[in-house]
Amino acid sequence: MDKFDIKKIKEDFPILSQKVNGKRLAYLDSGATTHRPNQVLDAMVEYNKVSNGNPHRGAHQLSIRATQEYDAAKVKVKEFINAKEIEEIIFTRNTTESLNLIARSYGELINKGDEILIAITEHHSNILPWQRVAREKDAVLKYMYLDDNGRINKKEIEEKISSKTKIVSIAHMSNVLGTIHPLEEIIEYSHKMGAIVVVDGAQSIPHMKVDVQKLDADFYVFSAHKMLGPMGIGVLYGKRELLEEMPPYLLGGDMIEYVTEQDATYAPIPFKFEAGTQNVEAAVGLRAAIEYLENLGMDKIKAHEMHLMEYALDKILSIPYVNIQGPKDLESKGGIISFTIDDVHPHDTATILDSYGVAIRSGHHCAQPLMKYLGLPATSRASFYLYNTEEDVDQFIDGIKNVREWLGYGP
Amino acid sequence: MDLNSIYTQLIMEHSKSGHNKRPLENPDISERGHNPSCGDDITLEIKIQDNIIEEAAYTGVGCAISQASASIMIDLIKGKSVDEALDIVDTFLSMIKKEISDEEELEILEDSIVFQNISNMPARVKCAVLAWHTLKEAVKSS
Repeated sequence: MDKFDIKKIKEDFPILSQKVNGKRLAYLDSGATTHRPNQVLDAMVEYNKVSNGNPHRGAHQLSIRATQEYDAAKVKVKEFINAKEIEEIIFTRNTTESLNLIARSYGELINKGDEILIAITEHHSNILPWQRVAREKDAVLKYMYLDDNGRINKKEIEEKISSKTKIVSIAHMSNVLGTIHPLEEIIEYSHKMGAIVVVDGAQSIPHMKVDVQKLDADFYVFSAHKMLGPMGIGVLYGKRELLEEMPPYLLGGDMIEYVTEQDATYAPIPFKFEAGTQNVEAAVGLRAAIEYLENLGMDKIKAHEMHLMEYALDKILSIPYVNIQGPKDLESKGGIISFTIDDVHPHDTATILDSYGVAIRSGHHCAQPLMKYLGLPATSRASFYLYNTEEDVDQFIDGIKNVREWLGYGP
Repeated sequence: MDLNSIYTQLIMEHSKSGHNKRPLENPDISERGHNPSCGDDITLEIKIQDNIIEEAAYTGVGCAISQASASIMIDLIKGKSVDEALDIVDTFLSMIKKEISDEEELEILEDSIVFQNISNMPARVKCAVLAWHTLKEAVKSS
């Protein structure tokens, strides 16, 4: 039997079968957050009913079970991204917290005049923490820009990364344009020049197989809620030697070795970076989400999304008043279509599509420097995931064809 | 949600006409207002003489709701005293927050009553109130 049975998959997501505004729901906002299948919801309920306790703290059965559940989630994440060691996996709240942790902590190792390099396509969470490091350390924050095809090319990489560059921080896939950046090239060249590379994998890891060792990424971070898991848990993968060198981020319980009145020594990684009671329930959900993805197969998920993208792009490119932002072909592009409609502000587009049951995102997508670079105040974004269907795309296209008329423009 | 109650004829006309969308020469007050979460960004310019709003106009970018709201507000406040204008702004904001049950109280809002239904669309409330908050700030800071 073909494992990618879209009808059966949709049955796993109860939220998708509801009507909104009296219409069938076409959820095309998985770039913002994804939904959780029954398998994930059930795993979290089961944990709460049977195993809840504070991990790493008690000698009693429930604490032990909670510890086992938490550790099992770590093992699952390690295997999913093929990290070398389990200690290299740190749980945070989300991608934003992971990036802040790295910037705050690894940023301590930055000196005056050092360069930090990011891409113009970055999300604010991969800009602001570096702006602060640059300000506080008197370092220089630089940007890589896009070529005419909306991509970062080799020339730009080799021009911007120099021996002064200490950190390159870049999204694997742009949350606005869907562009998949040439990570292999960037990482290889960065290492050659002596820089480490931080990868924001929030948009990529839900949709493709990622092997952090093969990529040779120094840090790779992502959020559970964009990959069928719950909100409130994120992952920070870092190479052991880097994590060991870094000072802790939050201080408190569960991250110490010895504490005296005036001093403390810290626990080894990963505990050094996991102060306070962790979100075990969410870790259980993340593990179930990864199992769900693995069961379907990342390659099959990608193929399904690419089929939907092809189907959608073909239709949307034939509408004369719709403008696609970013790459218009599928080469190194994920399941995101960012677009504008002539004469219509993206917010109005989103409101009108919502009335047709189509959920998309409109705005600056937490990427104001990119919007400025593109010369746009905002865009609308449709993002696809494994539970979307051709029917969703048809509903989306039908909705788009009605937008201009609502605002009093001809078709 | 009924789109007809949001994208009304009046709102469409104001968002497209642009008759209040231009820079003023030598304004007495120029106030920028924006919604950081969505990027709507307008600059409201006002000329005041003897405490009367003689002229007002706006520039900037935003959705149909925010543009129409700015335009309708400007039509409404022109020729009014600053205090009258502030009273209208407060009444408008109270209407959006559904704090006014007496329909007669809303009469001073004239055309801008058209935004009453926006309160049923939480995602768009901030678009409708942008110009009004900006006017309040403008007068306060002057």
